[in-house]
Amino acid sequence: MSAPTIVTRALTPVGKFFLLALEIARMTVKGPFQWREYIEQTWFVTKVSALPTALFTIPFGATIALLLAELTRQFGAQSQTGAGSVLAIVQQAAPIVTALLISGAGGSAVCADLGARTIREEIAAMEVLGISPIQRLVVPRVLAMATTAVVLNGLATVVGVAGGYYFNVVVQGGTPGAYIASFSAIAQVSDILVSELKAVLFGLAAGVVAAYRGLNPPPGAKGVGDAVNQAVVISFVLVFLINLVITALYLQIVPPKGS
Amino acid sequence: MGVEVRVEGLTKSFGRANIWSDVTLTLPPGEISVLLGPSGTGKSVFLKTLIGLLKPDRGSIFIHETDLVRCSESRLYELRKLFGVLFQDGALFGSMTVYDNIAFPLREHTKLSEAAIRDIVMEKMHLVGLEGSEHKLPGEISGGMRKRAGLARAMVLEPEIILFDEPDSGLDPVRTAYLNQLIIDLNAQTDATFLIVTHDINSAQTVPDNIGMLYRRHLAMFGPREVLLTSDDPVVSQFLNGRRQGPIGMSEEKDSAQAEREMAEIPGELEGVPPLKPQLVPSPGLPERKAVARRQARVDAIMHTLPKAAQDAIRASREATAQAERRAGRTPVAAYPSGYADGPTERLNPVDGGEPPQPGRHRI
Ligand SMILES: Nc1ncnc2c1ncn2[C@@H]1O[C@H](COP(=O)(O)OP(=O)(O)OP(=O)(O)O)[C@@H](O)[C@H]1O
Ligand SMILES: [Mg+2]
Repeated sequence: MSAPTIVTRALTPVGKFFLLALEIARMTVKGPFQWREYIEQTWFVTKVSALPTALFTIPFGATIALLLAELTRQFGAQSQTGAGSVLAIVQQAAPIVTALLISGAGGSAVCADLGARTIREEIAAMEVLGISPIQRLVVPRVLAMATTAVVLNGLATVVGVAGGYYFNVVVQGGTPGAYIASFSAIAQVSDILVSELKAVLFGLAAGVVAAYRGLNPPPGAKGVGDAVNQAVVISFVLVFLINLVITALYLQIVPPKGS
Repeated sequence: MGVEVRVEGLTKSFGRANIWSDVTLTLPPGEISVLLGPSGTGKSVFLKTLIGLLKPDRGSIFIHETDLVRCSESRLYELRKLFGVLFQDGALFGSMTVYDNIAFPLREHTKLSEAAIRDIVMEKMHLVGLEGSEHKLPGEISGGMRKRAGLARAMVLEPEIILFDEPDSGLDPVRTAYLNQLIIDLNAQTDATFLIVTHDINSAQTVPDNIGMLYRRHLAMFGPREVLLTSDDPVVSQFLNGRRQGPIGMSEEKDSAQAEREMAEIPGELEGVPPLKPQLVPSPGLPERKAVARRQARVDAIMHTLPKAAQDAIRASREATAQAERRAGRTPVAAYPSGYADGPTERLNPVDGGEPPQPGRHRI
């Protein structure tokens, strides 16, 4: 075997990552699906990320509401504040909060769990017993992450909109009727759908990254910690890239309401 | 009968770091082999390569004439069912109780009823002395107990090849002695092929039929136990005596100047390898190990190629084994008559749940 060049060494992990993603897809279709593990993991991932999501969204929604209220006041369009903040929350704020928390809280928990199992050689033991750890452990976790992402996104949307309403109407003394009327003028159902679609993709991407790093931790006792750290950073980058691409595509394909 | 494992020209590197190259050896069917070597020489890596968890750079591993390195994924999974592996730390599933861990392979690969599974699991737990711990989680038991639970799980499907990664590390001397006897007894009952990685000199002297040693990225030696145990090689005698003076340093190798200086510090002659100890024989009431007769024929064929000291040692240990066999109430191997008091033990077949009583159970 020839000595690996820098290029092949840099590309090997990328190739391995996509192979793992393919294997996960194959095992998802092939089954048998581990319902129990899936439900347990969904519960587990939701548990670690739901509260932070809610806590994160309230100040985030309030910031957007404050900013927008200020901006629309300068243009003399206070009556449109509701529309603006709902659009901002549904299309961007909620998915971004979801992305942050599904990678940061959910992904790190999954990565740490798989990493500890790898270090303890549980994964190797499973393979030796003729059972695919991908099918048994990884598929339920990745799908649980996707499910949780959808839930988180819904949660973030509700909390964000409610928070925006509270700040606009109660704190800044806006009119409730104008707030509600304006957002049905500009928001559309496809906004929500795309927002949830994004969440699914974020969950899947963060799940595969967490699985990849968890199954291949750097050797040594520090390995799992490093793996978790890298998993979070890599999935942040990946998830924001996905967000950018989908937002660009969506704005091209679906014309904004009222234009 | 156990399966023969033939390893040819195996080489393994991680990135640029070569672990070992050109490892060639044959694990004779049904025999017990031990792999020695200083820490970090890649013994665990070798075991993982044997079961296909790691891919070697070069070389082949033949089992039933299939090359495990190049066969299809499905065939690999098929072949892995022949293996039982005891990992260095037991590798129990942390979220399952000890009982569920041991039952896991049976639940996955057989259609046995829970009652039948229970019988087998309890029997294996008794064999390794873990009764009373079935409902504990792996985190709640000691390292030695985890190891024994790992052994019970590795044996539960009656594998034809069992790989042990340091079964005796973390066990006290008494438990180690019981474990060594258990290994011999298991081999007598199943006639499976065993490969044991160990650092325990006493185990290496009394358990195996063959010994190999990994050193300086190569398999320095592999052959009948007497060859290594009587070798005048400085590495071997340093290792078997467990002393600082010699070619092995803290981080594997030292420079030769330092080695010589240290040798000079020792007053008088350096002792050679320790005196040969007799090999353990199965407990009374168990059949003889079938591998003994096969090994005798095999060793006779290569006898003339072995060093004089090894030849003498082989003859001496045959005599010692024959005596031990008589003490255990069996007729020694040479004549090898068929039909023992309780007849040859049939191998358990987990699929139809047939479970002959196992004589001579031990507590560890
Ligand atoms: N997955 C891996 N990636 C990179 N290097 C590895 C990996 N696994 C093992 N190594 C390296 O291979 C070498 C041999 O490791 P191995 O665990 O096989 O040693 P060992 O002989 O079993 O030692 P010990 O007796 O202490 O258990 C070590 O230097 C280790 O760093
Ligand atoms: Mg090891």
